[in-house]
Amino acid sequence: MNIGWRPTAAERNLLPEGRMAGPMPWVIAIMMFLTVLAAAAGMSLAVGAHTLGNQLGGRITVQIVEASPDAREAQVAAVITELNRTQGVGAVSRMSEADMARLLAPWFGAEGLGPDIPVPALIDAELSPAAHARIDRIAAAVAHVAPAAKIDDHAAWLAPLAGLVRSLEWLALALVLLMALATGCAVVLASRAALNTHRQVIDVMHLMGATDIQIARLFQRRIALDALFSGLVGLAVAVLVILLLGERVEGLGSELLGSMSLPVYAWGILTMLPIAGALLATVAARLTVVGALRRML
Amino acid sequence: MAGVRSRKGLRLSTEPPGFQASLPRSNAFTPHARLCDGGTGEEPVREGEDAGAMAGIVQFQNVGLRYGTGAETLTDVTFTLNGGAFYFLTGPSGAGKTSLLKLLYLAQRPSRGLIRLFDQDVVTLPRARLPGFRRRIGVVFQDFRLVPHLSAYDNIALPLRIAGVEERDLEVPVQEMLNWVGLSDRASARPATLSGGEQQRVAIARAVIGRPEILVADEPTGNVDPEMASRLLHLFDALNKLGTTVVVATHDIHLLSRVPNAQMIRLERGRVSDPTGALRYPPPPRGQAVS
Repeated sequence: MNIGWRPTAAERNLLPEGRMAGPMPWVIAIMMFLTVLAAAAGMSLAVGAHTLGNQLGGRITVQIVEASPDAREAQVAAVITELNRTQGVGAVSRMSEADMARLLAPWFGAEGLGPDIPVPALIDAELSPAAHARIDRIAAAVAHVAPAAKIDDHAAWLAPLAGLVRSLEWLALALVLLMALATGCAVVLASRAALNTHRQVIDVMHLMGATDIQIARLFQRRIALDALFSGLVGLAVAVLVILLLGERVEGLGSELLGSMSLPVYAWGILTMLPIAGALLATVAARLTVVGALRRML
Repeated sequence: MAGVRSRKGLRLSTEPPGFQASLPRSNAFTPHARLCDGGTGEEPVREGEDAGAMAGIVQFQNVGLRYGTGAETLTDVTFTLNGGAFYFLTGPSGAGKTSLLKLLYLAQRPSRGLIRLFDQDVVTLPRARLPGFRRRIGVVFQDFRLVPHLSAYDNIALPLRIAGVEERDLEVPVQEMLNWVGLSDRASARPATLSGGEQQRVAIARAVIGRPEILVADEPTGNVDPEMASRLLHLFDALNKLGTTVVVATHDIHLLSRVPNAQMIRLERGRVSDPTGALRYPPPPRGQAVS
């Protein structure tokens, strides 16, 4: 009786009950649903944080706060020249007046500012990680050519957000691990219950010379299939929820939330979770059943 | 000396079943004969005797069994069973017959003493090696213990499936067994739809399909009418003639007369008793012929 993954019909019948019998498969389905959601949230946060970090983490904005238009323009030119010749600094651009007007529109209306009202000049620059590491020296050089310049390091205000995102990522990972632990516990309880339910059959098989592994295979195969089927149900519902949430997020038009969409590899990981759950259930069932059988003669 | 005679009988019992069946019962080895010699089970082998043949297929030496902290269910049980012989284990209810059988079919380890099966100490045998020994022993349980959701066919096939026999090789032996016990037309019936006698026969077929070296039956005639009891005993006798050692536990000592050459182990209050041998060959019930 080598009851493996393709047992005969008679071997499958050694333990009665069909698929999704008892509460265990439904518990696993709910666990898998929550696991997929937690994993998706964790990966979305990771992707969003990475995207945000790439977009903003290496950028600085130089503000030239100078009332005199001529002096302001002279300092703008000097700063752009200085940044362009600094190693590791790329894509230096001054924010256009149109962009400025759009930024200020919520406060000053569509008409924008009159020519008499001084507005700081804004210069965006992208810094390589090496250049960002010596941002103090760049700031000193900029201050030397433009005394009215103030450097706004995006990474500085991004740091608390990045910290929060990292915390949420760890929380998601902890949730996934807790779900796995809870799933394992559910399988252990279900295996013990199944052992008690089928005690008579197990005793008879034992006395006919069945080994622990032969008997354990019956249970682990049954539980693995239940776990896989339940996991797929949980995955399907979770994917539906993720897609619906994605649509709602798109409707918000938020760049930050929009950056958190799941890449293809993340979907691949999510679809592997039911398989991982089935493997976990198989191992838990095998260890439980073999452990219980060893307490018998 | 009884011990000497018994040893000769033991040697003869290793001969083919047909030859053994023709032996006069007075020459057969009886366990209580050894008890009369002291019951230690450690008698020295006499010169010229074959030590291997003397060993027997089953040896119990000073075996005691205690459940939990209670009194001993079995006390100082010592006997030897010969290969190919037919034994009745008798005694009143509660004498310890089922407990002794449990030790015999390895469902239980003794609290003390030595048990050797197939010339191997099974008391200290690692647990992982027990299945191999269990496959050499067929058991007919008192309550049948058929798997309720399996058909008669699948119940009978179970030992072969456990032993790893391929599905394509199952059909012939299982059908033969069904024919042997007269249930070929009930192959697909589940135990709940079978009568007590039919269930009993399925249990017997399941116990013997693997051609065990020892067949153990616990009160196999307890739930059937006298005619069926007689038929079952004939089945056991036929199997015994094929070389299987048969041990039948029963509280009905009159069954002994139905099986030629059957020997008796009598238990009373957990001890092998009947030291005088008076119950070895009880007279048949009045008006009933010896088969």
